[in-house]
Amino acid sequence: MNSPNLEDMGCGTSSATKDKKSEKALKAALVIQNWYRGYRARLKTRQRYALTIFQSIEYADEQGQLQLSNFFSFMLENYTHVQEKEPGLVTRLFGSSIQDKDRQDYLELIEIPDSYCGPRLQFPLTFTDIDLLIEAFKQQQILHAYYVLEVLFETKKVLQQMPNFTHTNTSPSKEITICGDLHGKLDDLFLIFYKNGLPSVTNPYVFNGDFVDRGKNSMEILMILFVSFLVYPNDLHLNRGNHEDFMMNMRYGFTKEILHKYKMRSVLMPPIPMDGDRAEKKNKLGTTTVAQGIRTSGSFSEQLTKQEWEQVIDILWSDPRGKRGCYPNTNRGGGCYFGPDITSKILNKYQLKILVRSHECKPEGYEICHDGKVITVFSASNYYEEGSNRGAYIRMSSGTTPRFFQYQITKATCLRPLYQRVNAIESSAIRMLKERMISRKTDLIRAFQLQDRNKSGKLSMGQWAFSMENVLGLNLPWRSLSSHLVTTDKDGNIDYMSGFQDVHIQKPVKEVQSTLIETVYRYRSDLQIIFNIIDSDHSGLISMEEFRSMWKLFKSHYSVHIDDSQFDELAERMDLNKDGSIDFNEFLKAFYVVHKFDQLTKSDTKLA
Amino acid sequence: MADDRDRDEIAVAEFHKKIKEAFEVFDHESNNTVDVREVGTIIRSLGCCPSEGELHDLIAEVEEEEPTGYIRFEKFLPVMTEVLLERRYRPIPEDILLRAFEVLDPAKRGFLSKDELIKYMTEEGEPFSQEEMEEMLSAAIDPESNSVLYKDYITMMVIDEN
Repeated sequence: MNSPNLEDMGCGTSSATKDKKSEKALKAALVIQNWYRGYRARLKTRQRYALTIFQSIEYADEQGQLQLSNFFSFMLENYTHVQEKEPGLVTRLFGSSIQDKDRQDYLELIEIPDSYCGPRLQFPLTFTDIDLLIEAFKQQQILHAYYVLEVLFETKKVLQQMPNFTHTNTSPSKEITICGDLHGKLDDLFLIFYKNGLPSVTNPYVFNGDFVDRGKNSMEILMILFVSFLVYPNDLHLNRGNHEDFMMNMRYGFTKEILHKYKMRSVLMPPIPMDGDRAEKKNKLGTTTVAQGIRTSGSFSEQLTKQEWEQVIDILWSDPRGKRGCYPNTNRGGGCYFGPDITSKILNKYQLKILVRSHECKPEGYEICHDGKVITVFSASNYYEEGSNRGAYIRMSSGTTPRFFQYQITKATCLRPLYQRVNAIESSAIRMLKERMISRKTDLIRAFQLQDRNKSGKLSMGQWAFSMENVLGLNLPWRSLSSHLVTTDKDGNIDYMSGFQDVHIQKPVKEVQSTLIETVYRYRSDLQIIFNIIDSDHSGLISMEEFRSMWKLFKSHYSVHIDDSQFDELAERMDLNKDGSIDFNEFLKAFYVVHKFDQLTKSDTKLA
Repeated sequence: MADDRDRDEIAVAEFHKKIKEAFEVFDHESNNTVDVREVGTIIRSLGCCPSEGELHDLIAEVEEEEPTGYIRFEKFLPVMTEVLLERRYRPIPEDILLRAFEVLDPAKRGFLSKDELIKYMTEEGEPFSQEEMEEMLSAAIDPESNSVLYKDYITMMVIDEN
């Protein structure tokens, strides 16, 4: 290099010092940037791990849900007592029929008191009613059951006349907006309407199912969507998701929300005949196809066949993956995984360009895969936990590329620093995971001890990870998570009992065996659903006899090995006997997990 | 000798599993590929701290001959295993980090003003993107003084990581 020596040029030592100084500053800046980038990457990874935990557990629960469906079939075949005494139960489990002529009967049962100051809808509905509802819900008012029923009956009537597939036209001046799962998150819907405008003839929408469950405003979202649909039936399209299902609602919170908000006896939500779960866009001819699924019509005799039901599950539960072909969706226990070759084949067959679907939570609110042919859109931000993910919606029309809009609801006026948000969701995820572990404690210890030949209480990382994955059935990055769950010694070996140290299931009664407590805790969601279904008058009580025979059936179907006498003793000692009936909510509430290092003493996992 | 070899093999096997875990979390389609833009995060999540330049070189090693925007696990694994075995790109120790801040604060005030930090981070070295700068500021700025009390900041970050 022949750059002149600065000192030769007579600039003196001051320039040299300046150079040295700036070189030092440069090096210092590099150090800080390097460190920060490493730190930030590790934060993002921890965030991703937390999401993976939430998602794995959610999918494992969905498996449990499908198992529960099987149990009901099993139960009805064996529980003849129920079938004879309560034929209504069969109807409730497999869909019911409310003929339109019953509509007036139902409405006559309800009176709107003068004191009611909530929103009052005017039929036939107009856009004024949409505004009315939105304003009312913003003030946390509740729509009276009378109007709810009117909307439901009306919606059902209109939907029944619609075909399974809807075609709609778009153009660059009339774009269509597609939203994914909302799951009862009203704030997200408000945000979408705020940013994107209310539905109208010039502002059409597609809502891709999963309107309800998990969030606390499923009812309000449903009402806004249904009313908007009734006002603009050709411009507001509703597709069915896997959560538009009576059984899912029992587990995931919608039923609970209804019972809580409406406190009505014999609330029988008519199964809403709805539509499929995909919107397929046809860009070529400027038309858009909105797929709908199988209609279930009113009468009991028109129930779906087993094969049809399986097709419905396939539509509503499947996920795209990178591997070619079509194979069972083992994560969820229903539907399939389909590869890019399947997508190409189907799109080509029906001359479609893109498949827009939902059903999977994505950190950025949307994700594109299969070479740009499949888009997943998810509109419930903070789905698992505050900070877990963004929500998104898509605007598109024929001849243009889709545009994506992302958002994230935040309670504070400004976002907390990243490390705080990550800490929050990480603690929440780890907590859930620990509760999972404690509910399978007996099985886990057995698996650990099988590998621990020397009875040292220690296992290698590989051995521990293997057992955890096998017993819990969760495909998680165990090695990376181990530091949160167990203690490791300096040789890298794991003290496997340390995983159970600061968590335990509260024993409602001292004398009962841990395995029974653990089993009831593990299956508490399923038991809750089963009890709720048996409890036809919603009194919260079932007879001791029903309680016992239910438990026997449950035991044999789920292959649970608990002595009957143990269970009887538990029920009696808990003394929840009210004139020969058991208060099952009290029963189940008594089983919860205590985290030692916690201000809260009760588990606050989001149990439906 | 045989024991040493066994131990090495076990060590390598454990590295392989660790790398696989980190990779899978970003493998959204479960087809053993990740977006090339996430490779930096994966490498750093495994405890390595390459500079942006070093990262660039690493990516070139694991990319396809004709870059597709995706990195395959088969190419990533051997390269990453070597990096871990050779203990390359070790993280910055806390005291070096502190000294770096002190260099930028020659008057030894104990803090950097918000503007000073922005200037250094976005104009020197391997400059931050706007997103990176905003994120760092949200945690580093002490709201009362509107400056970066770097000693406290470092302590807080170190505690958070452990």
